[in-house]
Parts: sequence; structure tokens; C-alpha cells
Amino acid sequence: MNVYVITEHLNGSISDHTFELLGKAKQLAGGDSVTALLAGHGAEGLASQLGAASKVLYADHPNLENFNPQSYCKAYSQMLKDRMPGLVLVPYSSMGMDLASGLSVSLDVPVLAYAQDVNAGGGKITVVSQLYGGKINVESEVDGDSCIAAVLAGVFSADEGKADGSPEVEQVSVDGLDDLQVKFKRLIEPEGGDVDITQAEVLVSVGRGIQSDENLSIAEELAAKLGGAVSASRPIVDNKWLPKTRQVGKSGLKVKPKVYIALGISGAPEHIEGMKDSELIIAINTDPNAPIFDYANYGVTEDLFDVVPALTEKL
Amino acid sequence: MNIIVPLRQVPDLVEELEIESGGKDLDREWLKFKVNEFDDHALEEALCFKEDHGGQVIAIALDANDADKALYAAAAKGADRVIKITGNFEGQVASRTAAKAMANVIAQLEWNMVFAGVQAVDERDGQVGVLLAHFLGVPHVSVVTGVSNNGGTLEIHKEYGGGIIAEFEVAPPVVLGIQAARQTPRYVPVAKVRRAMRSTDLEEMDAGDVSVNVGSQVTRMYKPEAGGRAEMLEGSAEEVAAKLAEIIRSKV
Ligand SMILES: Cc1cc2nc3c(=O)[nH]c(=O)nc-3n(C[C@H](O)[C@H](O)[C@H](O)COP(=O)(O)OP(=O)(O)OC[C@H]3O[C@@H](n4cnc5c(N)ncnc54)[C@H](O)[C@@H]3O)c2cc1C
Ligand SMILES: Nc1ncnc2c1ncn2[C@@H]1O[C@H](COP(=O)(O)O)[C@@H](O)[C@H]1O
Repeated sequence: MNVYVITEHLNGSISDHTFELLGKAKQLAGGDSVTALLAGHGAEGLASQLGAASKVLYADHPNLENFNPQSYCKAYSQMLKDRMPGLVLVPYSSMGMDLASGLSVSLDVPVLAYAQDVNAGGGKITVVSQLYGGKINVESEVDGDSCIAAVLAGVFSADEGKADGSPEVEQVSVDGLDDLQVKFKRLIEPEGGDVDITQAEVLVSVGRGIQSDENLSIAEELAAKLGGAVSASRPIVDNKWLPKTRQVGKSGLKVKPKVYIALGISGAPEHIEGMKDSELIIAINTDPNAPIFDYANYGVTEDLFDVVPALTEKL
Repeated sequence: MNIIVPLRQVPDLVEELEIESGGKDLDREWLKFKVNEFDDHALEEALCFKEDHGGQVIAIALDANDADKALYAAAAKGADRVIKITGNFEGQVASRTAAKAMANVIAQLEWNMVFAGVQAVDERDGQVGVLLAHFLGVPHVSVVTGVSNNGGTLEIHKEYGGGIIAEFEVAPPVVLGIQAARQTPRYVPVAKVRRAMRSTDLEEMDAGDVSVNVGSQVTRMYKPEAGGRAEMLEGSAEEVAAKLAEIIRSKV
């Protein structure tokens, strides 16, 4: 099975997510080829990091210099058009979310999202999607011999996909990129926060189970006792109860503290992506089926409002 | 500018989810539905945009899973029109089918932007917003956390990992996948929704031809094996707290 991997890059560096997919692609391809797709402007040099691929298809255009949903969709669909059948692995990331479904329409190839596993044994493609916030897995079998799989971050090893070497680079010319309704303007880097949660040894992380911003104090007291910091899941930050710099996960920060204490966090894949490599994970959640317990070392199904104050007192 | 907001009802994840005996779908008998959290944000952003710049907010939903409830709530929050898309939408509807139905209906409306939720937790077949954009032949931007109007051109903020934002300038028509509104989505009391039920004209429009090829079949649905599962600590809150204190102290 020929496998294609979309190369995601930002500020001149290729994401780990891309290497995870390249590693998986090598395994899936068997004797067939692994091709990395690269779009950019003056970005050909990135190909030297894509040694896990046997070949790199490269499209260059000023409007591909930075990711742009419109120009990148057009470029990738032209790059792939005459190369199907095949299996296309797309990172299910912010950028990939703008690509996978669109390519599926323009190439007329099925798409499967939230993929946490992909198999291609015996010529049949099957994909396992992680749905319902990580509570249910769904296995699908593809009808034909082509598929776009939008793969979650962190499910395959990036090491397998990291290889030096200079694969052959084939320039692909793409058109229709001059006149766009979507124009990239600039990147805005996040402002530095009061605390750097990526440096904390202990994180007390709060989720929607904390119910209100007044209740944050119980997490702060616990964190203070442990010399740690308070971090949070996305809804807490969207509610403006804590600044963006405290958010753990896909669109927040990746953390690896010695101890990660999750309070009232369900464990949606987008959250897990940011904290699963913590050394010790403790989860307190009243729902015994919460996916967070699949990643935690220790779990408690009591009410956090009973356990946390008692814990702070004991420490 | 007129903004269309597609609303989707998804199973409430706080409730226990059961798989039907065939093993290929959820047991739908007792499912409790609520509006997808990102759709609440999409509607909020649309209402804020309208409050600043005028135009209409049009909420649409496929006739499935208690759609009326979601539409009346949208009306109570300030949507100008609410439209139910009728057709056969029993069981799990593939994103592609939903997007096709919406595209057919939207083609008959006057609109400038679609604000969809960035994603919903219950469908394996891609993102409706992006599919919809391709069916309508307009561009899209997903994972949007900011929309502002610059004399008819939009300034869009799209969020990457680590809190990095990419800013785009976009000329409508466009479909946006909204991740977060500029403010916490407004809440409407039940009494106000009830009043909206009496005073709102819930329009119906037919989905038309929604034949699309999804190109894959569900072969199995299962709960993830509890492989690396946590060691669960039992006892009273006090006892559990004592055990946790010991575990944490051994580490830091
Ligand atoms: C593109 C994209 C990017 C995203 N990025 C991120 C990200 O970076 N980080 C992130 O976190 N999310 C992210 N999300 C959102 C993610 O999908 C989930 O919506 C979010 O993680 C859920 O947060 P939560 O666990 O706090 O809330 P919920 O899922 O609502 O869970 C709350 C939990 O609290 C428990 N609970 C309630 N009361 C109590 C109590 N008294 N005691 C103990 N437990 C209690 C409940 O059982 C429940 O499990 C992203 C989503 C998208 C689409
Ligand atoms: N059946 C539906 N009815 C109305 N809107 C929908 C439907 N399915 C998806 N949507 C919209 O598309 C968004 C993304 O859903 P999904 O692509 O399924 O993850 C939702 O948040 C809704 O805004």
C-alpha cells in the first residue's frame, strides 16, 4: 500500500506529530513507498529531516510560505490527485483539521477522523476512531483501496519516523494559488504568563468539575502545599477563569511534571495529548468511566470537594 | 452580514453510554442529548457579531435528536430565524450526509458566513464544517477563536498548539469552525425558552437529495480496554486523602 504523509511545519520546524505519522507509514507501507508531502516557500531544506520517507513531493509558492487553509488544500489536492489509490495520513491537529475532510471531497476518497489506529493488512484498510471524548472506539472498514486518516497526536512513536538522509525530492507545480480569499497575515506568539506550567514539578490541574472560579482556591491551596502550580483544561480557560498560559493539551501546552493531579477532568483526547507523559498521574473524578482513569496511575471516584481539602490538610 | 449557525445535538457524555447488542451503534433508546459545546460558542460568536455589525443570525439543524429544543433555545438567545432541515436522519448520520443536506438548504438562503462548531465528539466521518465549505465551493478556516470585521473583510484568529495564533484576512463567503467565542456563551432560563416556543416560527426546509458515498462501514464499536488502567483507591474521603498524601510524598 502506498502511503502519503502530510508534513506539518510551523516557524521552520516540523511537528513531532508528522514524525509519528511517518513512523507508522513505514510500518503500513510494507514493501511499498512512503511519500512525504511538503508545501512551503523556500522550504525545500526541510526535506533533509524526512529521511523516513522514500520520496518527498514538494510544492513551492509564496502563498504556501505559511499555513493557509485555502492554499494548502489546493496544493495537497493537486499533489495527490493522480497518485491515488493510496492511504493518506494527516495529523489531526489544528492545521490538519482544515485539510483532511476537504481532501476527502476533492479527491473523492473516504475520510476517517479521530484515528488512533490504522491497519492495512491484506489490502483492506481499517481505522479505529476514538469518539465520545475517548469513551468509545469505533472500527471502520474502508470500501475501496484509498483512505484519508486524520490521526490523533501521541498515539505512535515519533522516534520511528525520525531518520536522517536525503530522500529524493520531486517538485510539483500547483496552480490556482495566486487569487485567494484567505490571506495569511501573521503569527501571534502567546504572552508569557505569571507561571510557566511546563517547568512545574507538580501540577494541580482543574477541569469543568471545579464548577466555578470561586472553587479554584481549593486547587491553589493544594498546589501551594506541594510547591506546584495550578493548570487547567480548556473550558476553564475559555471561561476566562485562568489565563491561556495555564492550559494543558492540544491547543495549550504539553507538560511532563513529576506529579499531575487531575481534578474533575474527563480526559478528552485533546487534554490527554498534553499530559500523558507525566511521571505520576492522579485523577479524581466522580465518573468511574471517565477516560482519564485509563491514563492515570491512581484514581479516586469520590467528590473532589471532599477529597481535595482533606488531602491538603494531610500534606 | 448574515450568519448561519448549524446546531448539532450530541449525547451528553456525563451519562453512561451503552453499545447496542449488534455492536455497531450506541444503544439509542435512553440517550440524553445536549447541544455540542462548540456550537454554543459558534452561536455566541454569531450573536456578538450581529450585535456589533447588524445582519441576521440563522440557526439550522437536521431533524434529529430533539433538534426543536436546540432551535428554540437559539431563538431565545437571539437568533432571528430558526430552520429545521427535514429528511430521513435516523440513527448516526454521517458528516458528509449532514453537510450535503445543509449545503442544499443554505444554497436557498442569503448568507455571508457559516459558523459551525469546530468538531463534535460523535462522528468518525470528518468535519461537517469543512465538508460543507467544499460542497458550497467556499473557503474555510477551522479552530477559530476570534472573528472581527474590518469594513467587510474579516480578521480571523486560528489557534495552533501552545497558544500560538495565526491571523488571516478573509473575504466572505466563508465557513468557520468555531472553537471558542469571545465570551462565555450566554445562558437562557427555561422560562424564556418556553416563551420562545410559543412565539417563534420554526421554519422547515426539505433536505433534498442527500445521496453521498461515505466509503466506509462501521465494523465494531467497543469501550476501550482498561489496559493501563489506574489503581483505584477506595475508602472514605479521609482514608483516600491519606493514601494520596503518602503516594505524592514518595514522589516529591
Ligand atoms: C481543536 C481542539 C483543541 C482542544 N484543545 C484542548 C486543550 O488544549 N486542552 C483541553 O483540556 N481541552 C481541549 N479541547 C477540548 C476537549 O475536547 C474537551 O472539551 C475538554 O478537555 C473537556 O474539559 P474537562 O475535562 O474539564 O470537562 P468535561 O469533559 O466536562 O469533564 C468534567 C469532568 O468532571 C467530573 N466531575 C464533575 N463534578 C465533579 C466533582 N465534584 N468531583 C470530581 N469530578 C467531578 C465529571 O465526571 C467529568 O468527567 C480541545 C478541543 C478541540 C476541538
Ligand atoms: N446533524 C447536524 N445538524 C446540524 N449541525 C451539524 C450536524 N452535524 C454537524 N453539525 C455542525 O458541524 C459541527 C462539527 O461537527 P462534526 O463535523 O460532526 O465534528 C457541529 O458542531 C455543528 O455545528
